[in-house]
Amino acid sequence: MSATELYGLLLTGGRSRRMQRDKAALEYGGKLQLARAMELLTPLVARCFVSIRADQLSDPQRAAYDTIADLRPDLGPIGGIHAALHAYPDHGWLVLACDLPFLDRATLEHLIARRAQARVATAYRSSFDGQPEPLCAIFEPRSLELIEQSLARSQQCPRALLARSDVELLDLPNPRALDNVNTGQEYAAAYAALGTPASGAPTIGAPARRRLTVRYFALLREQAGRSTEELETQADTPRQLYDELRQLRGLTLAPEFLRVAVNDEFGDWRSPLSDGDTVVFLPPVAGG
Amino acid sequence: MQRFSLHDSSLQPEQLRRQLQDPTCGGYAAFEGWVRDYNDGRSVLRLEYEAFAPLAAREGERILIEAQHRYGVVRAACAHRTGQLAIGELAVWVGVSAPHRGEAFDACRYIIDQVKHRLPIWKKEYYQDGDSGWVNCERCAAAATPALGHAAHAAHEHSSG
Repeated sequence: MSATELYGLLLTGGRSRRMQRDKAALEYGGKLQLARAMELLTPLVARCFVSIRADQLSDPQRAAYDTIADLRPDLGPIGGIHAALHAYPDHGWLVLACDLPFLDRATLEHLIARRAQARVATAYRSSFDGQPEPLCAIFEPRSLELIEQSLARSQQCPRALLARSDVELLDLPNPRALDNVNTGQEYAAAYAALGTPASGAPTIGAPARRRLTVRYFALLREQAGRSTEELETQADTPRQLYDELRQLRGLTLAPEFLRVAVNDEFGDWRSPLSDGDTVVFLPPVAGG
Repeated sequence: MQRFSLHDSSLQPEQLRRQLQDPTCGGYAAFEGWVRDYNDGRSVLRLEYEAFAPLAAREGERILIEAQHRYGVVRAACAHRTGQLAIGELAVWVGVSAPHRGEAFDACRYIIDQVKHRLPIWKKEYYQDGDSGWVNCERCAAAATPALGHAAHAAHEHSSG
């Protein structure tokens, strides 16, 4: 059979509920993950698209690329894959999640080299549970029908879909290549590992919870409804802590307007926090 | 007495200036900031200052040392109010003593400008129309979008009046 042209799809429509931040907009080594993934994918496929939710159409970062918007809301990754196959049903689709900062070119090249077009998909075996990993996989045109059948039965798990389908399963050449980033802790570890071009092999630490004291002043004190609180958090940096508290306490000030103090001294938004630290977010000042 | 100090009751300039007396100094300059009854076109009834005291004290001390190095003044001090203030009350006091008047004026100006921009002190204004607001904060709160920002940003300079 003749080779079906391969298109690339980067899934960026996730709600990032655990991270509470747009994973495509996370930075590693000074570059957005969105850009990193697209740079990796683009040279390996005939065309490359960013999969988005309909409400992300106006996002300028995503609009810099060709986009495919979900046809139906809230289906998760399978909705993005479905929209792509629906838009270009005669192509194979190399689908990638956007929370795979360790993904390397060799892993994608190996997947493409071992692509089995006669099957529904070509995927890696997860190094965690041995199940097919759907979010770094090639979906062949015939998968469209199976996806539509799944959706008709309200089955939205792409991993389950692949697990019961005729899939070419490969072992990962680099077992850490598909480690994903779901929490602030995982992001901090990945950020540290990928922060400098000279960094060696990444290691992911166990999630650490810190006990922190937060003090509030002025407008933030009024919005938080308290002067101080103690909390246990996985936030690694003041910035992650603020994002967490902004949701939790309904703080309206954007971090761009604030400074941060750690242990009674001006601090850095990105410096790691330690257990027992006291953190103060400083609203715009007005002394004198 | 601390050279930089926070006070929750009336400032006493006569007491504060005593620490600046020095036989090598021929000039003394002071600045007093008073509570004004209007701001940004609104009628102000009273004020409230809130401070993050430990950091305000550190940063205040740094500002005074900078002024001394920059302008060669001999002594410098600053006192700032916290709590509720009425119209006309003294909110902030700066004093410096130097061999000559020029550096005394310059250092005094430097200190009050830095104090307004750098100290973790916040001012809430209570207006005649019953409204109230934190100066420099409300417009930032209004500008804030409900969505979280994209990539992490470096802390910006504070805007301050």
